[in-house]
Amino acid sequence: MASNALPPQPIPSSHPLAPAPFVVRSQTAETPDTHTLVLSPSDGHAVPPALPGQFNMLYVFGVGEAAISLSGDPSDATAVVHTVRNAGPITAAIAQSPPGQTVGIRGPYGRGWPIDQAKGRDVVLVAGGLGLPPLRPVLYGLLAHRERYGRIEVIYGARTPKDLVYYGQIQQWRLRPDIRFQVTVDAADRSWYGDVGLVTARIPDTRFEPGNSVAFLCGPEIMMKYAARDLEARGIPQSSIWLSMERNMKCAVAVCGHCQFGPAFVCRDGPVFRYDVVRDWLATREL
Amino acid sequence: MAVPSIGDRLLLDRRDFPTFLASLHSAGYRIVGPTVRDGAIVYGDIAAETDLPIGWTERQNAGTYRLERRGDEALFGYVVGPHSWKKYLFPSHERLWTAARDGDSFTVTPEPTPERPLAFLGVRACELAALRITDKVFMGGIPDPSYSARRHKILRVAVQCGQAGGTCFCVSMGTGPGVTSDYDLSLTEILSEGRHEFLVAVGTELGASVLASVPTRRATAEDDQVAAAIVSRTAASMGRSMDPTGLRDLLLSQPNHPRWDQVAKRCLSCTNCTMACPTCFCHTTEEVPSLDAEKTERWRRWDSCFNLEFTKLHTTPVRASSSSRYRQWLTHKLGSWHDQFGSSGCVGCGRCITWCPVAIDITEEVAALRVPPASPPAEGGPR
Ligand SMILES: Cc1cc2nc3c(=O)[nH]c(=O)nc-3n(C[C@H](O)[C@H](O)[C@H](O)COP(=O)(O)OP(=O)(O)OC[C@H]3O[C@@H](n4cnc5c(N)ncnc54)[C@H](O)[C@@H]3O)c2cc1C
Ligand code: SF4
Ligand code: SF4
Repeated sequence: MASNALPPQPIPSSHPLAPAPFVVRSQTAETPDTHTLVLSPSDGHAVPPALPGQFNMLYVFGVGEAAISLSGDPSDATAVVHTVRNAGPITAAIAQSPPGQTVGIRGPYGRGWPIDQAKGRDVVLVAGGLGLPPLRPVLYGLLAHRERYGRIEVIYGARTPKDLVYYGQIQQWRLRPDIRFQVTVDAADRSWYGDVGLVTARIPDTRFEPGNSVAFLCGPEIMMKYAARDLEARGIPQSSIWLSMERNMKCAVAVCGHCQFGPAFVCRDGPVFRYDVVRDWLATREL
Repeated sequence: MAVPSIGDRLLLDRRDFPTFLASLHSAGYRIVGPTVRDGAIVYGDIAAETDLPIGWTERQNAGTYRLERRGDEALFGYVVGPHSWKKYLFPSHERLWTAARDGDSFTVTPEPTPERPLAFLGVRACELAALRITDKVFMGGIPDPSYSARRHKILRVAVQCGQAGGTCFCVSMGTGPGVTSDYDLSLTEILSEGRHEFLVAVGTELGASVLASVPTRRATAEDDQVAAAIVSRTAASMGRSMDPTGLRDLLLSQPNHPRWDQVAKRCLSCTNCTMACPTCFCHTTEEVPSLDAEKTERWRRWDSCFNLEFTKLHTTPVRASSSSRYRQWLTHKLGSWHDQFGSSGCVGCGRCITWCPVAIDITEEVAALRVPPASPPAEGGPR
């Protein structure tokens, strides 16, 4: 039978892909090529609520857009915090935005970390390189309600000591008696007294109750692959391991097609995925 | 003259076809439909019926397309060409918004949503299926403003195919050649023994309204039988076929099949297949600032999973080999499309077969994938 089955859909007055202007309040150099920006809406509007692990599309006038994870304290409703590495023209323009400059933002997008699943359990966070910024909101959240969780183990690895972000904050976290924060670098000169080696080399030494733990992983794909494998070998079930994927992304609303990973759109169905969902995809070359 | 209403089946004489077009024009529609240009039947503006490919047909096969004269003056005596209706709803290059500096800040102005309503003249059954698919893609989640604005205004004048093309396989995909739903009007061209008429099925109020001033008469049960016979004759002469059973599972379970490397040796990554496909929707965005940097525009442009840049992450593409890119295209189209949008992404129109410069044939590739690999595949997929 003939039908004209189109649902009547209201057409929004503003374009869903149009960025809203935000002002850079502060800009802090983390490393020579990575900056943390604190931003707030130019028009005084409220900051859109976001969950740890979600991301925004950041836009520089006349330059373009890039997907950047939220890296700030989720309980702070006054500001949006992003940590951006200069990886090319767009991220360079974002990272180099001085205080007072306007940056466009649309979002937040995607599925974040399932923090509710961590309640009453041990929590293992594994971050490699720029994988720490997307996990920092989780750490803020855990520490804000420390009593709700079991042991908290953080492993953070970077290429060299110069590549560590949030250096001062890490020192404070390392002083806390109620979490364990391990830092390791791939290579260092003699001024570095900490661990040298891959992130995965710290896993055997990590303490958690395997049957009652969750693990959140963010970093290069190869690191997440091996870290997930090792955590599973230590007894954490695949369904309690979560990781955040990165893919080329243009629209963030599951319509440009770029971020497909198996049947998933990373922007909409991720970026945070449960390990058992993506394990076979990760094992397939060039998927 | 009958007053048309939904469900009616009417006869429109060939000589009254100009009146029908005039009625669409006077209802405010810009008519777009098939027309001959550069040796192919493409979609363009139809100002008068003489813009239609009257008396033309085409011969299609893998990698070949040739226009030919028919022995008659049929208006719709051909199948589908390199264009599809997606170019009207999702143009190949489209401005999304413009922005202007505003002191230290900027203001964004969304592109005004268009314009005159479009009448799609001559939409085939497989193309109606493609429209249902792109509706899901662009309106299933956050509605895309320009797609949905245009989509809500179109009038669909469908045509039931009177013949099949050499690369058609709509029967396999369950999308044609009969037009059964989602039309405003559906025509069947009846051309035999001095008779040249259209059986018109009225699908919607909108369809009925544009027929009100067009001379028609009620069709008889016999006319219906004639039209049904035309459709079954077309269905029986498909140029290609593809076994659709278990396609999703087949594709999703074969990331390491040796066939991917074999087809990759031929594939040029030219993107023709994705440009011609009526359901391929991938696109990229471009920022186009003015020279004085006071204004800027955001555009989107058709992109293709066959492009290396498509999956660029940091410095390297995720899908560097053409084997992985062809695998992505086919696995998405016939496999993961089901997970994402609840149907296959292929409607069996045959465009990707005809317009592939090296004659890669989707139906042949699927048949090859159905053959289990001879020896256990190498770990980890294509090289
Ligand atoms: C969910 C998600 C979260 C992210 N979070 C952060 C973050 O917190 N901090 C951070 O610094 N970076 C983050 N990124 C990466 C960041 O989006 C890319 O580094 C950035 O898009 C690269 O663009 P560019 O033009 O500056 O660099 P280049 O890599 O030089 O750009 C050149 C081309 O590479 C392509 N490209 C490379 N990587 C990407 C990408 N990921 N998405 C789209 N296009 C890409 C683009 O097509 C671009 O035109 C994230 C990416 C994703 C998908
Ligand atoms: S994949 Fe090929 S046959 Fe199927 S709809 Fe697209 S162009 Fe047509
Ligand atoms: S399959 Fe054919 S049309 Fe498609 S990219 Fe390869 S060579 Fe081009």
